[in-house]
Order: sequence, then structure tokens, then C-alpha cells
Amino acid sequence: MIIKILGPGCTNCKTLTKVTTAAVAELGLDATIEKVEDYAAIVGYGVMSTPALVINEKVVVSGRVPNPAEVRTFLTAAAI
Amino acid sequence: MSIAERIPTTTRGRVGILVAGVSLWAVAYWMNEWLWDVVLYGAFGMEPANRVTETIHFFIYDSLKILLLLAIIIFASTVLRSFMSVERTRAFLGGKREGVGNILAAGLGVITPFCSCSAVPAFIGFVAAGVPIGVTMSFLIASPLVNEIAIGLLLTLFGWQITALYVVSGLLIAILSGWILGRLNVEKWVEPFVFDVKLGGQTIDPSLGLTFGQRMQMGVEEVKAIIQKIWIFLLVGIGLGALIHGWAPADFFTTYAGPDNPFGVLIAVFIGIPLYSNAAGIMPLVAALYDKGLPMGTLLAFMMAVVALSLPEMILLRRVLKPQLLAIFITTAGLGIIAVGYLFNAILV
Repeated sequence: MIIKILGPGCTNCKTLTKVTTAAVAELGLDATIEKVEDYAAIVGYGVMSTPALVINEKVVVSGRVPNPAEVRTFLTAAAI
Repeated sequence: MSIAERIPTTTRGRVGILVAGVSLWAVAYWMNEWLWDVVLYGAFGMEPANRVTETIHFFIYDSLKILLLLAIIIFASTVLRSFMSVERTRAFLGGKREGVGNILAAGLGVITPFCSCSAVPAFIGFVAAGVPIGVTMSFLIASPLVNEIAIGLLLTLFGWQITALYVVSGLLIAILSGWILGRLNVEKWVEPFVFDVKLGGQTIDPSLGLTFGQRMQMGVEEVKAIIQKIWIFLLVGIGLGALIHGWAPADFFTTYAGPDNPFGVLIAVFIGIPLYSNAAGIMPLVAALYDKGLPMGTLLAFMMAVVALSLPEMILLRRVLKPQLLAIFITTAGLGIIAVGYLFNAILV
């Protein structure tokens, strides 16, 4: 599973990275987490409000930091 | 368990929790009005007429009052604005001509939830969707300039007339500056990579599919995040306000920056541009200076310069705008703010 965190490095992006890393560890998933900070690449995903979470090249949430339970739901859905 | 999961899902439960929250807030606000008289002057036996105790009283009372006001204003505006999004705004603006587009963009700039850290992706996203540069700039200027927290605080501290003047003049500055930038054909001063970006993927609209509980949670988190970010500015602002309130001679400021000084507004704007703070952080200072007889036009110009033109946002925007365009942007917005300051000083005598 490839997870990408889209955002220029603001506080919200760091929080999202933390929440996602914790969720991945908790679910015991085999996943790589990448940070995407390049603006052109971010907009390339159709994202205009950061931070955004991309799982396997699909944007699942943008413009807010989802809570841990939500992130776990997204990850489980993508892992099936 | 997160806040969203603890909020009841029945209508009765939701209304109940909102009523309980507002009542708690009202009790705290009401207690703050008299508690410090009792504690400082009663229990500690301080002298009410003493300047030192008066300054302490002003500081404690004002800090809590502003914090309480901020909490409810930020919460309410975050929950309301969770129904809007940059994605939705872009859909409204796509295909609009200049003129109408500028007006719409400025209005949407006020109600769209927007963090200046998203300024660059939003700029690229708007341009890629065919929104004209000038219209995009109207949005980017209005968003920090007409600030929802400033609206709430102005309304509670100074009344609706001054709030209305603030909102209308802020919108006019955003509309006109954007329109002028559009007329100047500034495309050549936008970094070329912006025009090459193709919008891919599917857009997720953050305003959709949220539950009541999630919107409440966003409100609470935003209150925490903003207060964490600005409490130091707030305390410094209120501290300065308390000192000015108790110690500055009544005519100190009016002598130097009062209505009779033709350079008052200019000086205020030049001091304000390099300063960077949230509108909430400088409002206590503005209130204290107003008490000391500084004209409202000068103060509003100062506040607008502080919130709308900031170094961090310029550095961010430099990624997509060439220095020439940034310079024009700062000049038009700055001149607009100066004009508003003089206009208000002339009207509000």
C-alpha cells in the first residue's frame, strides 16, 4: 500500500502524518508513507485545500485532518 | 473517543448539547463581569482607585473577556463555514467574467474556510480551472482582509456601524485591487509552471459528507488551534492595552496620531505592514487606542495592514508570483487601505 500525505509542511500536514503513521502501525499494515510537498504535484491530484491523504493514488480526504478512527476506516477499506 | 463520537446523534441530544454549551459560556461571561471586583478589591483588599490595581484588573478582565468572545466566535464561524469549501468556491467562479467575478470572488473569500498555507495550491487550482488571475487575486485579498474573527470582535466591541464599514470597505479593496490587476495583464508575471499544471484526480469537496458531530469537533479543534497560536499576541496586545489604558496621558496619542495629524493613517499602515498577527491578536490593542482618542479610520487601516499584508504570505505567494506582480499587489492593496483610513476619518467625526 502506498500512502501519500499532500501538503507544504504546515502544522496540519504534520498532524495528519502522525495520525496516519499511528493508524498504519496499529493495523499492522505493510505500507510506505510518502510526503508530497511539490505544489504542482498536489494540485495534480485535484487537491486545493491541504492537507490531503492519498491511498494507492486515490484522494480520500482533503482540507482537514481526519480523526484516527476515520483514518483506520480508510486504510482498512483500501487494504481489502 | 473523539469529540465527534461523543456528540449525540438524536435531534434532541444535539439541541441539548448546544444549549448546554451556550449556557455555560454565558455564565462564564457574566461571572467575568463582576468576579474580579469581588476578588481583587474585596478578598485581596486592593484599592480600586490605585493605578496599578486598575491595570491588573483591566488585564485579567479583558484577557478573559476576549478569550471567551474568541472561543464562541471561532466555534460558530468554523461550524458555519464547514458547509463551504475552496472547491465549491472554485466551481462558483469558473467561467465568470471579470467584474462580476471579482465581486463574487471577494464575497466568497469572506465565507470560504481558508488557511493561508493553502494559498498556493488554491491559486494554481483556480488558474488551472480557468478563473482569471484578477478574480483569483480578489479572493486571495478578501480572505484575510475581511476576517470573520475581526467581524465578530468588532461587532461586540464597537457595534454594527463600524463593523459594516469594515466589511464593505474590505470587500471594495479586494474587488478593486483584483480588477486593476486583471486590467494590467499580469499573466507574464506569474511563474510559467502554473499554466502547465493539469488538474488530475477527482476533487474531494471537504464540505460534504460531514456529520453534525464532526462539524462540532472541527469547531472545538479550531478554537484550540487558533488560541494556541495567538495567545501570546493576545496577552501582549491586552498587556499593552492595559498599560495604555492606565498610564498613557489622555492626550499622548491624539497629539501624535490624532485626527489633526494628516500623516496618521500613512504612519499606521507603514507600521502595520511588517507586523504580522491575526486580527484577534491586535483587536485588544485597537480597542485600547480607540479609548485614548485615536480615530477609527486610522485604527482600521492599521488593523487591515497587519492582517492583509504579511511577510509569511508574501513568501508563500512568491512561489507562484514574480516580484513585479507581488509589488503591484502590495501597492494596490496598501493604497486601498490608506484610502479607507482617510475616508473613515473624514466620515466618522
